[in-house]
Amino acid sequence: MNKVWTISKRELRSFFDSLIAYILIIVFLGLSGFFTWLYGSDVFFVGQATLQPFFSIAYWTLFFFIPALTMRMISDEKKTGTIELLFTKPITDWQLVLGKFLASLELIAIALLFSLPYYISVWMIGPIDHGAVWCGYFGMILMSMALIGIGLFASSITSNQIVAFLLSLFIGVFFLIIFDVLANSFTGVTGQFFSYLSLSNHYGSISRGVIDSRDLIYFLSIAFFGLFLAQSVLSKRNIVE
Amino acid sequence: MKITVSNLTKKYGSQRAVDNISFEVQTGEVLGFLGPNGAGKTTTMKIITCFMAPSDGDVMVGDFSILEHPEEVKKNIGYLPENNPLYEDMPVLEYLEYVAELQGVPKEKIQERVIEMVVLTGLNVEKHKKIGELSKGYRQRVGLAQAMIHDPEILILDEPTTGLDPNQIIEIRKLIRELGRSKTVILSTHILSEVEATCDRILIINDGKIVADGTAEVLKQQAEGEEMLRVQIADAPNNDEVISSLMELERVILVDPIKELENGFMINCKESAETRKEIFKLCVSKNWILTQMTPIETKLEDIFRELTTN
Repeated sequence: MNKVWTISKRELRSFFDSLIAYILIIVFLGLSGFFTWLYGSDVFFVGQATLQPFFSIAYWTLFFFIPALTMRMISDEKKTGTIELLFTKPITDWQLVLGKFLASLELIAIALLFSLPYYISVWMIGPIDHGAVWCGYFGMILMSMALIGIGLFASSITSNQIVAFLLSLFIGVFFLIIFDVLANSFTGVTGQFFSYLSLSNHYGSISRGVIDSRDLIYFLSIAFFGLFLAQSVLSKRNIVE
Repeated sequence: MKITVSNLTKKYGSQRAVDNISFEVQTGEVLGFLGPNGAGKTTTMKIITCFMAPSDGDVMVGDFSILEHPEEVKKNIGYLPENNPLYEDMPVLEYLEYVAELQGVPKEKIQERVIEMVVLTGLNVEKHKKIGELSKGYRQRVGLAQAMIHDPEILILDEPTTGLDPNQIIEIRKLIRELGRSKTVILSTHILSEVEATCDRILIINDGKIVADGTAEVLKQQAEGEEMLRVQIADAPNNDEVISSLMELERVILVDPIKELENGFMINCKESAETRKEIFKLCVSKNWILTQMTPIETKLEDIFRELTTN
């Protein structure tokens, strides 16, 4: 666990050293703030003290931002050869992957933390459903975990950052849009199956304030599966042909 | 800590990069790994350091096998990879702390070890710079520092002196020799003088196979059984007579006059003390004066070329 922490510390620091972290936080807050307060179905337009507009826009910003965060995490190590340093240190592939996962999650958590003033401001305006807000944040974290898992897997199979970025967006599109579309166009078991796979359904129910164990299992298993695949890709070198 | 490599094979597709090699390295031994490019040196090192799995065979580091206990093996190895990959965006000190933590150096000792390494490798002036801003020589020092940070029992250095200036090369060689007294060191290089200067034992590898194994002296002796003598003979009537008389000796193969040296000859002969005695006796009987007789060493370069060209 110590080693996981060490790796995540370095990764997080490199986010802040390379400006990625600042850009992420500023654009994330700017974009979601714009739609929460100023434009479209914003708080004043809806006339309710709710963070719903914030969550629905943050949902899409994270969808684009997380692949941008994770794309270089493993592919860059492969490209520069530093992966050789890591592989020859006494750490397991799981520790390596988990460390990187944790670093991305920490950065997202920091970005979400900076959005708390929005919550407090809305709270000042009118009666707010606190439960729904906290569930919304919880849903964001869960969704981020799933997307980071996918992103790390994409980053592990290539040494090209752009390929990793596009691949994780591509996989993400399936979970966010395509499965949903398929669920609507099929009926019966197939429809239910796609409806279960659709990320927006699970996210929707959590952000409405209903935390169901099925949704939890859904997000955590995508995250786990992504990390598992990433770890397997890295361990492939140990297979004796 | 002892390293035992047994029947190691690594295949890339149908090509055998390492072909069934076995050798041992004892504690306190500095082993030089020599070979032309693509001979399999780096592959062997990558297998020992658990970076890649062998296709066949095993390596025991101390009591641990690379296949069964890679964690334990890695703890005891300090490794400087071939191209010395480093995190460009990290400052030197921060990087060394990071590696120390990964290597499991106890927290309270990390600072101490980092400072020690910085002093040992002469990085003091550059320690706050980012690694990406360093020159190649300094990057190489950072690579060495990270390899030694956890005071490993075994050091595996893939071309440790590339990119260093002559002064640094001498320093690093001295350092390797010092470390080699108590630790096991394997280093690869294709600079032959480096092997002679630093290694107790040489392993020449070609096409994935070991073609020679032994100390520099042993290798030189094995090389042919012939030796070169440089002699100078004064008071002889003329060179032709000297050459023909020398050629008559049983063990002498070839005699050439040396242009730069007056009355000097290069004698190619069977290696033995008898040959030298015979030359001496010949000179005495002819009343020539032997002013110089020096055995010229067979160069390691010659042995290397002979073993590695087909």
